[in-house]
Amino acid sequence: MQALVIVAHGSHLNPGSAQPTYNHADTIRDTGAFDEVRESFWKEEPHFREVIRTVEADEVYVVPLFISEGYFTEEVIPRELRLEDWSPDRWDSDGTSATQATLEVGDADKVIHYCGPVGTHDAMTNVIVQRAESVTDDPDVGEGFGLAVVGHGTERNENSAKAIEYHTERIRAMDRFDEVMALYMDEEPEIDDVTDYMDADDIVVVPLFVADGFHTQEDIPEDMGLTEDYRLGWDVPGEVDGQRIWYAGAVGTEDFMADVLLERAADAGADIGDALEQVAAWTGGTPATGD
Amino acid sequence: MFDTLESEHEIAFDGLSITADGGTYTVEAPGIHEADCSATDLETALEDARAAVTNWYFWERLVEGHDTPRRAFLRWCEGAPLELEGHDGHGSAVDDRYETLRAGVVRHWGQLELTTRLSPAVDGHGQGQRVYDIRHVEDADRDRGDLEQYSEPTDARELVTHDADGRYRPLKTAPTLVTGWHFEGLSSTAFVETVRAIYPATIANWHREQHDALDIDHWLETAERQTGIYDIVDELPREAVEWVAEACCVDSQCLKRREWQYEEGDELAVDGGDGVFPCREPCSLVTAAARKWTVLESEDDKTWHLELTTSELNQLTEIVDAVADGRTDEIREADVYDGANRYRARYLRAKRMDGETFAGAHEVTDDEGHAEHAEEGHADGEDHTEDGHDDG
Repeated sequence: MQALVIVAHGSHLNPGSAQPTYNHADTIRDTGAFDEVRESFWKEEPHFREVIRTVEADEVYVVPLFISEGYFTEEVIPRELRLEDWSPDRWDSDGTSATQATLEVGDADKVIHYCGPVGTHDAMTNVIVQRAESVTDDPDVGEGFGLAVVGHGTERNENSAKAIEYHTERIRAMDRFDEVMALYMDEEPEIDDVTDYMDADDIVVVPLFVADGFHTQEDIPEDMGLTEDYRLGWDVPGEVDGQRIWYAGAVGTEDFMADVLLERAADAGADIGDALEQVAAWTGGTPATGD
Repeated sequence: MFDTLESEHEIAFDGLSITADGGTYTVEAPGIHEADCSATDLETALEDARAAVTNWYFWERLVEGHDTPRRAFLRWCEGAPLELEGHDGHGSAVDDRYETLRAGVVRHWGQLELTTRLSPAVDGHGQGQRVYDIRHVEDADRDRGDLEQYSEPTDARELVTHDADGRYRPLKTAPTLVTGWHFEGLSSTAFVETVRAIYPATIANWHREQHDALDIDHWLETAERQTGIYDIVDELPREAVEWVAEACCVDSQCLKRREWQYEEGDELAVDGGDGVFPCREPCSLVTAAARKWTVLESEDDKTWHLELTTSELNQLTEIVDAVADGRTDEIREADVYDGANRYRARYLRAKRMDGETFAGAHEVTDDEGHAEHAEEGHADGEDHTEDGHDDG
C-alpha cells in the first residue's frame, strides 16, 4: 500500500488557506493512484505531528505544498514529522533541486519518502503558464503578452527568489511570451513598478504563492495600483498606466497543481499509473514528464 | 469461508471457531458444538450460527485492517471487544450485539452521535454488513427530515469550517460544531473518513491510548522543540502554563482530554477534561497563543492609580467574564443590568476613557505609597487573575 501526504501551511485565521490543499488532494484521490491521500498542516489539523499515524500504508510519500526550500521544508516539517536522521544534506540540493530522501519516522513503522516542495519542481513552470492561460481564457496566450512571476523576495528566504528566478528562466526559454520577468514584494525589482519594468500592453501577473491570502489578495493588487483598496476588488484585466494587468492570483489555486504533487511522488518512486494523464485531461494541463 | 478454511485450516473469531482437518470440521459457536463433521454437516450447523458467520465475514473480509485504529474504532462503535493484546476486551457477544445492532448502537465522539446498524439491504454472507449514521449530539431527537442529508466524507469539510455564527473554526475539536446535518447509511470506510474529517487524528490517538501507547509530549518538551518565532514559548513561566491550559484546553473550549502536563512528573492543576479522545501535546493554536502570552508575561506587574466606583470595577470583571465565556452576543440590547451590556460598556467608556486608555490612569510609584490603591474589598485587583486561575 502507498499513501500520499500533502503537507501545507494552513492558517488559524483564514479558512481559504487550506482550500487548494483539499482541492488538489481530492483530484489525486479521484485518480486512484494512492490507497490513501491525506492533508496535513502546520496551523490546522491534522497537524504534521499527527498525520503519519493516520495512514495505514507502509510506504508514504510526503510532498510539501510549499513554494521554496527553506525553513519549513528543511526544519519544521522534518522535525514535526519526526523524520529520523534527517538533514537538509539528504536532499543534496542547490536550493531548487531537491527531489526526495527516504527516511523512517519516530512514531510509526513506515518508510517515508520526503519529497522536495512543489514550487521548485520543473512541472511548476507549466502550472504558471497554465495559470496565465486560465486568467486570460486563452490557451495560446503568449504573443503580445508579458508575464510577471511574483515572489516574496529574499528577505524572508533566499531560496524563495531562486525558485522564482528558476521558473522565470524556463518560461523565457519557451520563447512564448514577449517578455518574462521575476518581480518581488520586498526587493528590487518590485512588483509595485511592474508597468515600468514591462513594455507589453498586456501583462499577466502570476504570484508564486500556494494559497490566496493577505499577500495575493491585498498587498499585490494594491502595490501594482490595480486597486486603491483591495476591499473594492479589481478588474481582470485592469488598466494601470495604460497597460492591461491580468492578475491571476496565487498559482497554487490552479487545478493543474495536482500534477506537480503527483510528479513529486512519482519522482520519489510512487507507482501512479496513468494519474498524470487523468489529471491533465481533467485540468487541461500538460504534464512535464517526457519533456 | 471454505476458501479460508482450505488455506488457513482455522477460523477463530468473536466466539466462532472452526477447524479443518482433512475433509472434516469441528465447529463451535454459541449453542453449537459439532466435532469431526462433514462439509455438508458444517453448512447445516452454520445455518444456526448465521450471526457468527456474517459477523466473521464483515470483520474479516470487509473491514479487515487488523491492529489499525480504523478497525478498533469500528469495533468500539458497536460495542464489540477491542481485540487488545493480552486482554479479553470488554464487549458483548455476537448474538447480543446483533440484537442491539438491529435497533442501532449509539456512541458519542466529541459532539458526534455515531450510530451503527445492520444493513437491512444485504443478503447472503453480507447480511452482517454494518452501516453507519452520523449527526450532531444536539440533533439526537430531531427528525431526519429536518436535517440536511450528506453522503460524502468530503462534505464534512464544509460543516467543520465555520461555527453557527459564521466564524472560522481554527480548532476542529472546539465544541462549536454546527448542527442540522445528517450522514446516513455510510459504509465503514466512508464513516471513518467522515469522522476523520470532523475530528482529525482523534481515532489514531485514541487507539494508541487503548494500547497504553499514547506518546504524550508535555508542555516543556513541546515548547523547547519550537524554533523561529515560537522559539520563545519555553520561557513562559510555569504558573502561566496553568492559565494557558485553563484558557484554551478545558472542556468548554476543546473536546480533547488534555493528557499533557507541564512536564513528566509535574502535573498541571487544571482539569484535563472528560473527552473520549486524548490530547497528546499542546496544539498549534495553544503554541501560537502562548507566544503572545510569553511576550506579555515578560512585563512586570505595576500598581496603577485610576478612578473607578466600586460598581465600575465590578463592571470590568463582568465584561472580562462575558468575553471569556463568549456570551457577549447573548446579552440583550436593553439589559442594562448586565455590566457587559453594550450600552453599559459605552457609558463606561464615555465617562472613564480618554482615547484607548483610562483617563488619568498613572502608575503608582513607591514615593506615593500603596495605601491609596487599597480601596475597601478591592485591593486585590491585580491578584484577582491569579486567584481565579488557581481554582481549577
